[in-house]
Amino acid sequence: MITSALEALNTNRLRTGLATLGIIIGIGAVIALISLGQSGQKSVEAQIESLGSNLLTVLPGAQSSDGLRGAAGGATSLTYEDAQALVVARLTTIVNISPELSRRTQVSAGRNNTNTQILGVIPTYIEVRKINLTSGNFISQQDVNSLSKVVVLGPQVVVDLFGEGVNPVGQTVRLGKLAFRVIGVTESKGGSGFMNQDDIAFVPLTTAQKQLFGVDYVSSISIETRNKEVMTEAQNEVGYFLLNRHKLNDPSQADFSIMSQADILGAASQITSTFTLLLSGIAAISLLVGGIGIMNIMLVTVTERTREIGLRKALGAKKKTIITQFLFEAVILTFAGGILGMLLGIGLSFLVSSLIKMPFALSPTAVILAISVSGGIGILFGWYPARRAANLSPIEALRYE
Amino acid sequence: MIQVKNLTKIYRTGVVETKALDGVSFRIDKGEFVAIMGPSGSGKSTLMHILGALDVPTEGEYFLDGEKVQSLAEDELADIRNRKIGFVFQAYNLLPRASALKNVMLPMVYGDVPRGEREMRAKKLLDTVGLGDRLEHRPNQLSGGQQQRVAIARALALGPAIILADEPTGNLATVQGEEIMEIFESLNQQGHTVVMITHESDIAKHAKRTIVLRDGRIVSDQKIWKSQN
Repeated sequence: MITSALEALNTNRLRTGLATLGIIIGIGAVIALISLGQSGQKSVEAQIESLGSNLLTVLPGAQSSDGLRGAAGGATSLTYEDAQALVVARLTTIVNISPELSRRTQVSAGRNNTNTQILGVIPTYIEVRKINLTSGNFISQQDVNSLSKVVVLGPQVVVDLFGEGVNPVGQTVRLGKLAFRVIGVTESKGGSGFMNQDDIAFVPLTTAQKQLFGVDYVSSISIETRNKEVMTEAQNEVGYFLLNRHKLNDPSQADFSIMSQADILGAASQITSTFTLLLSGIAAISLLVGGIGIMNIMLVTVTERTREIGLRKALGAKKKTIITQFLFEAVILTFAGGILGMLLGIGLSFLVSSLIKMPFALSPTAVILAISVSGGIGILFGWYPARRAANLSPIEALRYE
Repeated sequence: MIQVKNLTKIYRTGVVETKALDGVSFRIDKGEFVAIMGPSGSGKSTLMHILGALDVPTEGEYFLDGEKVQSLAEDELADIRNRKIGFVFQAYNLLPRASALKNVMLPMVYGDVPRGEREMRAKKLLDTVGLGDRLEHRPNQLSGGQQQRVAIARALALGPAIILADEPTGNLATVQGEEIMEIFESLNQQGHTVVMITHESDIAKHAKRTIVLRDGRIVSDQKIWKSQN
């Protein structure tokens, strides 16, 4: 059966090849897009995880008012005092509280300068975000209280301003127009592009507010909870505490929002999975077109081989036998296309993910999917031509010229 | 062996009815060599299709080797064709991509003959039709006469009750046609029942009995007494 199917397919190689190409491209596209989507998701997850677990982030003004929703972080409704009040409240679910003010500004040392993220923080930041230092010290409470002009640099900023392998502790850098003394360098945390966590400079929160940017709010408050289990409880406690403090009595009027790491992760992976789904949908359409191509070729084959079918029936082939024979040919076509397409897809996604430096993810689900879907397409689109062959009357088929 | 009673076949195209067979009855015993003759349109092809279990009559009865054929379903007819009937067609109808050996083995595939036995039997059959040295040749590498001999070997594959030949020499030159007829005669001498459809009286002479059809009816049915020479 297999050999006779292969012989039949071999007699018209170009046609067989072209018909299979549709499946190769379809399966290849599906596999490539699924595995690219998955590696994208993985890299997003990895970066968000590295920000610290057990983390709640309070953002100002993201709640809607009159149906309008302000941009997250754009509002000014959170203050250092809110964070201090939370500390005083001694909520049992909470371990550390870190108010932060984030802005971008120009940093220079001598002739070198770079545009980087300035983060105004208090000492608890290092606990909440699990930051390690390669040299020097982090911002102290003393620095915060006295509005010291000290800065802790991320490794990328050090490289940009001082070059590789230089210890800048004790040197002076300028943030905007003000001179700051470098007191420490953080350990590399990785990340790339807009997610680069090494391209950053830390200053005391109060210094950032009063001396650098002239504001009295914070852009977020990070909260480390006691463990993962109390995240929801902490979220509620913090929420009601801040509502109360802001003299609001209805959660729907809240001028802040609280996101857990899971929320952020969920939102991010929802975006990537929506993308993956959308692109896979488009790829699936090309697979459908490939399947129609197979059906077309099988119909042509059945017509061409009408006499052969008639003969086989005259010699005792039952309907089932004829159906199996033609289904077999269709499935061999699509199966071969599926395997080649899978290799193409894997190669393609490997190439792309190494080009944009993403982790390469190949899911066994995608492989199983490709193989079963391509076989299924053979059966689905081979069924009608095979049935047509089996239903031919032997007399008519023998007479066919 | 073969018994038909009052066979009638009516074709309908739209409202027009054509009676291709009109009450045909006869009996063919085991070991006979019968030629069915008649001009075109006489119903001999229709009769051949019914005898070959390729089609069923509109009315009447057909018993083949003790089995009532006319009321069988499609797959049962396929089974009858496979086990009891050996077809030889005018245009040979061999699978073009398959070797002589594979062609002879084909009915055995459908008849569930064990794999090992198929090849052995097919070789022996090709030997008896004088093609023992052409096993791996494809149809396009064989002459018309040789192709028809492969077809005869194929017809014998499952030891059929009847060999049903439809104008077996129609595409052949006279000499090759005579060779084919000699094979049929020797098969008949070995005890095979042969039913042959032809419109050539020269070919029909090889048979021991001729049934002549005209307008769907039997007009003559006579035994031919050949003198030994």
